[in-house]
Amino acid sequence: MNMENVKLNERKNEWFYTDVVRDHFFNPRNIFKTNEEAKEFEKAADGKGIVGSPQCGDMMEMWIKVKDDRIVDCKWRTYGCASAIASTSILSLMLTEDGGMRIDDALKIKPQDIVKRLLDLPARKFHCSVLGDKALRAAINDYFRRTGQYGRIVADGAKVIDKVLKITDKDIEEAVLSGALTLEDVQKRTKVGTHDRSCIPEVEQLIEFYRKKYFG
Amino acid sequence: MTTKNIYMDHASTTPTRKEVVMAMLPYFANEYGNPGSMHFKGLSAKNALDVARGDVAAVIGASPSEIVFTGSGTESVNLAIKGIAHAYKQNGRHIITQKTEHHAVFDSCKALEKEGFEVTYLNVDRNGLVDLKKLEEAIRPDTILITIMYANNEIGTVQPIKEIAKIAKARNVLFHTDACQAGGLLDINVKNLGVDLLTLNGSKIYGPKGTGMLYVRAGVKLEPVIHGGGQEFGLRSGTENVAGIVGFATALKLAQEERLEESKRLTALRDKLISGILERIPKTFLNGHPTQRLPNNVNVTILDIEGEAIVLHLSELGICASTGSACTSKILEPSHVIRAIGLPYEAAHGSVRLTLGKSNTVADVEYVLEVLSKVVERLRKISPVNLRVEDFVKV
Repeated sequence: MNMENVKLNERKNEWFYTDVVRDHFFNPRNIFKTNEEAKEFEKAADGKGIVGSPQCGDMMEMWIKVKDDRIVDCKWRTYGCASAIASTSILSLMLTEDGGMRIDDALKIKPQDIVKRLLDLPARKFHCSVLGDKALRAAINDYFRRTGQYGRIVADGAKVIDKVLKITDKDIEEAVLSGALTLEDVQKRTKVGTHDRSCIPEVEQLIEFYRKKYFG
Repeated sequence: MTTKNIYMDHASTTPTRKEVVMAMLPYFANEYGNPGSMHFKGLSAKNALDVARGDVAAVIGASPSEIVFTGSGTESVNLAIKGIAHAYKQNGRHIITQKTEHHAVFDSCKALEKEGFEVTYLNVDRNGLVDLKKLEEAIRPDTILITIMYANNEIGTVQPIKEIAKIAKARNVLFHTDACQAGGLLDINVKNLGVDLLTLNGSKIYGPKGTGMLYVRAGVKLEPVIHGGGQEFGLRSGTENVAGIVGFATALKLAQEERLEESKRLTALRDKLISGILERIPKTFLNGHPTQRLPNNVNVTILDIEGEAIVLHLSELGICASTGSACTSKILEPSHVIRAIGLPYEAAHGSVRLTLGKSNTVADVEYVLEVLSKVVERLRKISPVNLRVEDFVKV
C-alpha cells in the first residue's frame, strides 16, 4: 500500500484567520521603518494613546497627526497576537485612507467596525485583541488636550473602570449581555482586572447590577 | 506556502511511523474480529491483543495482567486518579499532586474535589522541580494517592520519580505517574521506577492517536470510569481498538529499543538549539531545568513580543512550534506551568516551545535559529514593550 497516495478528506487549511488578517499581520501598514523615523514622528505627532499592558497580553501605542480636523497620518506599535497586530494595522488604514478620516467619525469607530474590515475574527479574540479603537480614542483625547479643546474630550458616555485596559462600564454591560454572568466569565471576555486588580470590587458590583437588570 | 516542513512540536503529537502503520493495517479490513467472540475471527483478534499486551508488559517490566489499554493518555489519567479515589475512599480522601501537571490530572482532581476529596497542589521551584521534603510533609494519614508527572510537557523538567516512589512506598501511599512525555525518551521500566500506576499514550511515541495505556500494579484496586461489557479486566469497557493497540505496542517497543541512541542525538540537538537562541537573540531565557529535562524539549521566553505572533510567523516559514501564551489557549489563560515556576504573565505570553523528534536534523536547528532571529527582530520592531531581562533572570 502506498501511503503517500491516500487522499485527505478535508479541505486544506493553512491559515487560522481570514486572508485580510493574514495580509495585515504579515505586512503591517503604517509602522515605523526605522528608529529615527519613529523618533521624528513621535515628536511631530499631535496626539498619542496607549492601552493595555504586556501582563495582559496585548498593548498598543498609537500616534496621530491632525490637519483641518482630519487624521492625516497615523503610526502605531502593537504587542500581541496576530489579530491584535492586524486589527491595529487595518485601523490605521481606515483612519488615513481617502485623505484622512474626520475626527468626529474616528471617534465613532467601534471594535465591530474593525472586525468587519478584517472580514471576521474568532469570537474569543474579539474583546481582548481589538483594543485599537480605545488606543485611538486616547490619542484623540490627547490631541484635544494638547490643543486646548477640552470641551471635545470624550469620556464615551461611559466610565473607565479598569484604568490599564481602559475598560468601561459599557464593556462590562456588553459582556454580561453576551452571556458572561460571573467575574471569571467577564474576565475571559474582557481581561478586566487582570492588571488593575483594584477595580475588581467595582466590576463585581456592575456584573451583579447588569445581571439583575437583564436576567432578573 | 513555503516548501520547508520542519516539525518541532513533538510534545503535541508525533507522526505515526511507517512500521506502526504497517503493523496496524491487517486489523482493519481483514482481521476485524471482536476479541470477545468465540469464532476464528474473534480468536485471531484476541491473539493480536494478547501479543500486544505481552509486548508492552515486557517493555515496561510488568505482567500482561497489569496492562490496561485505554483510548488516550487523558483517559488513563482519569482512570488512575478517579479509579483509585473511588476504590480507596474508605481509607481516606486526600490526594497529592503538583502545580505543573497536565489538565487531565488537574481536572480529574477538581472533579474529585466536588465529590468531597481534598487535593494538595505542591509548589515547584524555579526549574519546575517538586520539593521532596514538602512532599513528605504533605502526606497525611488519610492520603490515598500521589500523582506526579514524570516529565513536563511544556518545560521538559523531569521529576525524581524513583525518589518520589520510595517516599510513597515508605508511607504506604499509592503513586501514579503520567509518563506521556517520557515514553519515547526515558526509562519507563516500572520496576526500576517503583511506581504503582503509570500512564502512557500512543500519539507521543510515533504511535496512533486515540490510544493509551495504564499500568496498574498487581494488587492495586481500581473502580472503572467506563462501564459496560467488562473488557480490559473490567476496568475499561468497550470493544478493544485492536488495530490501535497493535500500533501502540509496536510504537512503544521501537521507541524503547531506540531510546538511548535517540535520546543522545536529541540532547545534542536540543543543547545546540538552546545555546543558539540564548546567544543569538537578546533578552531571552530558558524555562525549565537546564539539565534534568527531556532530551527533546526547548522552552524559551522571548521578551517584548507575544507567542502566537511568533508561532504564526514560524509556521509561515515552514516551522511548527507552540507557545504558552494566553492567546492560543481555549480559555485565554497563559500557561499555568510558566506561572507555577514563578514567572509573571508576560513571561508566559512570550514563551515558545520547540520539541524535537526523529525527523529533525542539525540543518533544521540551524534553519530555525536563523528564521527565529529574523521573526523576533520583525515583531520587536512593531512592539511598544521594552522589558528588562534582569527582572526575570537572576544575574
